[in-house]
Amino acid sequence: MAEHDVFVIAEHLDGKLSDVTFEMIGKARSIAPALGGRAVAVLLGYEAAALAGQLGAADQVLYVEDAGLRYFTPERAEQALRSLLQDEKPALTMVANTSMGMDLAAALSAALDWPLIAYCSDVQAENGKIVATSQIYGGKIAVEAVSEGASTLVSVLAGVFPAAEGHADISASIQTIFGAANEGRVRFKGLTIPEAGDVDITRETLLVSVGRGIGTKDNIEMVEELASNLGASLAASRPIIDSGWLPKQRQVGKSGLTVKPKLYLAVGISGAPEHLQGMKDAELIIAINSDPSAPIFEVADYGIVEDLFDIVPALSERLAEVRAK
Amino acid sequence: MNIIVPVKQVPDLVEELEINSDGTDLERDMIKYKMNEWDESALEEALQLKEMHGGTVTVLTVASGDVEVDETLYTCVAKGADRVVKIVGNFEEHYDSHTAARALAEAIRGMSYDLILTGVQAADDLDGQVGVLLATYLGIPHISVVSGIEAEPVSRTATVHQEYAGGIMATFEVDLPVVLGVQAARAIPRYAPVSRVRQAMKSAHIEEIEATTPVGAGISVRRMFKPESTEHAEMIEGDAGEIVNRVMEILRERGLWRA
Repeated sequence: MAEHDVFVIAEHLDGKLSDVTFEMIGKARSIAPALGGRAVAVLLGYEAAALAGQLGAADQVLYVEDAGLRYFTPERAEQALRSLLQDEKPALTMVANTSMGMDLAAALSAALDWPLIAYCSDVQAENGKIVATSQIYGGKIAVEAVSEGASTLVSVLAGVFPAAEGHADISASIQTIFGAANEGRVRFKGLTIPEAGDVDITRETLLVSVGRGIGTKDNIEMVEELASNLGASLAASRPIIDSGWLPKQRQVGKSGLTVKPKLYLAVGISGAPEHLQGMKDAELIIAINSDPSAPIFEVADYGIVEDLFDIVPALSERLAEVRAK
Repeated sequence: MNIIVPVKQVPDLVEELEINSDGTDLERDMIKYKMNEWDESALEEALQLKEMHGGTVTVLTVASGDVEVDETLYTCVAKGADRVVKIVGNFEEHYDSHTAARALAEAIRGMSYDLILTGVQAADDLDGQVGVLLATYLGIPHISVVSGIEAEPVSRTATVHQEYAGGIMATFEVDLPVVLGVQAARAIPRYAPVSRVRQAMKSAHIEEIEATTPVGAGISVRRMFKPESTEHAEMIEGDAGEIVNRVMEILRERGLWRA
């Protein structure tokens, strides 16, 4: 039993641990003493002992090994974790709010009947109770929620805690558990790594990024022109990609790319947590949005609350004029 | 192929959201509701699959308090849904995802279905995503953040993509029935003209199913607030010309524009 411990479900993809895993381990180390327990990392995998070895910042690593866990499938990962958590009953279990974590956190909450607080940007222990801050309504509203359970699940936004505190140059104390996943109803068929597009937005120093505020596909041209006059590349938020207006290689955010350009000029982007995750570390962020309460202004250095259809052409024209001189 | 699409009403985020005087919920009277945008994608995908494979699309929603949902359901009919069902019971105006999932599971257990498509998430799912909770209560598999659904009615399987960071995708084959959390449909959700919605209001019937399941997610909201970062953006004000001047100045100061 581990009823005072903080468990972190490690996440790996294509042979690499995700940054959010280390971010969560760092946070778990800071919370665990208040609960009187340890920070424990749980890794599911196969022939992944090398990955387990990188989790030394945790007091203990539980490595569940099974051929069926080589690649993530929601069903198998959930089965393996369900029985482990049922036995150990940690006070707090941290799951990343990623594609994989979305499948795991809610499923474990329903299966174990443990409370879940999702989209967390902070987690604390107060008198033995778990209190988490969640970002909802597209990041416009924050909620401090208190768990009423003895064991609590939280899903944690990527990029909110420093990863450095989850790294340690000490060898991990690893306990290997041999799993027994059955051939399930969900079968992994393969991983597709995208081919590089014509432009690699992660390497560009100047980015103009366009979001839903642009309204229609035809209006993208106006932003493209601004980017071109600025000598920048064009990026976009998720809705633009989902609408098929720009290719996937241009997508910034949780399911897209993480960028750190010298300039990120956000045009008509409201700044949902999924988007901010991919661009908040840009050196200079300027945002144009007609909604003064848009969360993009929380991370931007400069904000312009105006109709983008007034500002974008004016800025574009000025850049073109100066350039022509 | 019989497809169920659970949908929910969420506050329209384009409107200003106000916190109530207790500081524990939104000021609900002020809210303009609309159908969760990811549910729109789930419905579109369901209608596309029906067009390919035949069958029916049933839209289900948990009806709560005074939140207007009938027009949303009629709009679903106008777009091509075959059945629209309201789950009624002792629900507060704002119910949590666990409560919704339990009520949906209770209603769905009596139905025959091959596929359940939900929006991958909703703006207000503080206690997790309804689709995954629902699948677990029903004891069927689930995959979140899905696009590119190919259904195989004969082998009773579906092949889907799950999207990860950096544009990496996994391909899964899954046995039906399954709950899929739709990130994006293969087409932009269709638009129903007002005339068709009006027609649906006259001809379609909204069914009601009573749910008796327990409510609650085991968490309580202590405080709700608008995040105010100390590092809030410095606002550039003025007319378009002045704003452009200031932006040019900033770009020059930072060495990002040398002309």
